[in-house]
Amino acid sequence: MQLIEFRNVYKRYPNGVSALCDVNLEISKGEFVFIIGETASGKSTIIKLLYRQERPTSGEVYVGGINVARLRNGKVYKLRRKLGIVFQDYKLLPKMTVYENVAFALEIYGLKKNEVRKRTLTALELVGLKDKIRSFPDELSGGEQQRVSIARAIVNDPKVLICDEPTGNLDPKTSMEIMKVIESINNNLGTTIIMATHDEKIVNKMKKRVVVIEKGLVVSDTMKGKYKNEAI
Amino acid sequence: MKPFRILKSNFIESFKGVFRNFSLSIASIICITITLILVGLSMFITLNVNNFTAEIEKDMTIVVFLERKVTDEEIDKIKEKIENLDNVKSIAFNSKEDVKASMEKESDVFKTILSEYDESNNPLQDSFLVKVVDINNIGNTASEIEQIEKVSLVKYGEGSVEELVKIFDLVKKITYIAVIALVVVTAFLISNTIKITIQSRKREIEIRRLVGASNAFIRQPFFFEGIIIGFLGSIIPVCLCCFGYDYMYKRLGGKVFTDIIKLIKPSSIIYIVMVSLVVIGIVVGAFGSFRAVRKYLKV
Repeated sequence: MQLIEFRNVYKRYPNGVSALCDVNLEISKGEFVFIIGETASGKSTIIKLLYRQERPTSGEVYVGGINVARLRNGKVYKLRRKLGIVFQDYKLLPKMTVYENVAFALEIYGLKKNEVRKRTLTALELVGLKDKIRSFPDELSGGEQQRVSIARAIVNDPKVLICDEPTGNLDPKTSMEIMKVIESINNNLGTTIIMATHDEKIVNKMKKRVVVIEKGLVVSDTMKGKYKNEAI
Repeated sequence: MKPFRILKSNFIESFKGVFRNFSLSIASIICITITLILVGLSMFITLNVNNFTAEIEKDMTIVVFLERKVTDEEIDKIKEKIENLDNVKSIAFNSKEDVKASMEKESDVFKTILSEYDESNNPLQDSFLVKVVDINNIGNTASEIEQIEKVSLVKYGEGSVEELVKIFDLVKKITYIAVIALVVVTAFLISNTIKITIQSRKREIEIRRLVGASNAFIRQPFFFEGIIIGFLGSIIPVCLCCFGYDYMYKRLGGKVFTDIIKLIKPSSIIYIVMVSLVVIGIVVGAFGSFRAVRKYLKV
């Protein structure tokens, strides 16, 4: 079995909107996959299914051997400990410093203080923010804030890093920096990356596997794909 | 060690939580304080009423006078009959000689009058002193006894005392209901107040869920927070009850209005009430916060 598998996944929201229609997808360990599509195409739904924010209406979603569709609410944490999630709006806690924001994700494991410190600093170094550990999120630029949230996502050594439009709020130059960070995580740590985006330049430049979603259907799945206009 | 480290850090976190949202914590604390004062008050009333009714019930006796020419054999038979009645707890025989002796002891006037009589012409009657199990049925029992042969007269504290006991019984029931209602209402109030506190920490909970914290882990600090708030809320009521009841007891001289209604000594109930108040405060606080977080654990 692959690391991530979607089998005949349908998703219909309670308000009647049909978001996904018979999606089949396999992603293996260490891959770097872009999921692209217009707004309301269903790409966010795919991401949300991955970390069990939503459940499929029918079909099955497997992440690291866990059947996400059958995961009870109280057991969701077991799945999320295998994942790192990066959001468009960073989701940082404003009253905590950069260091605390990252260490926060390790708190739940009950590690020793110096162990927490070691791993937090390693993660922050990887995203290039070791000199800003005492700053608060408000004092950082958008790109830096996103890097903090990436550090938080990888601090627990996840198998999969899920990125939901991580560059959505950033300018092109900063976006490329963020992409470099994510790519280095993929290369150095071997973490599988799944990234939803609609940033044409990034997709074209990275030359990774591209899955195109349109109106809830997978319309193309190409290695070293590009963000072609015809495809959308 | 891991669970303890987690517990420790969550406990510290919960202390911070109480002070981070101080105004809301104060609101919850005052809420609990007011309830607990009322609960404490009701507890004192209930305990005292209980005590008082128990005292009265202990004293409530049916006096059964027997006919003058009753033989010893008949006395035994009557005794057996009374003993076999449902509501009878105990029975004691009081012969006319005993009554005479005790009356003579009571006053000199009686002594001079009664000295004219001896065993053969004693004007008094043999009697039984009967105690009952259920005070509310004392009337029925008395009339049953009255129907037994050779019983001339049955007397018990008809009227006033019986009424008083009934009223106290009602007071007791009302205070019980009031206390339970108060506690339940406060639990929900606390729950709502803590909900507001949590509203501002919704994001924190959401992120905790997203980074893989279990529900139990997320709940812990709020749970402790509820306990701390409950405990802080019980301090003032405990002090008030402790000193207030003592003061009142001394001020009233240990009784209300008449010598019949005696208050319980402070030393024998204060500790029970204090411990109960603290426990109620903690339980209410913990329940309130437990309920409040539930909604946010579905992200």
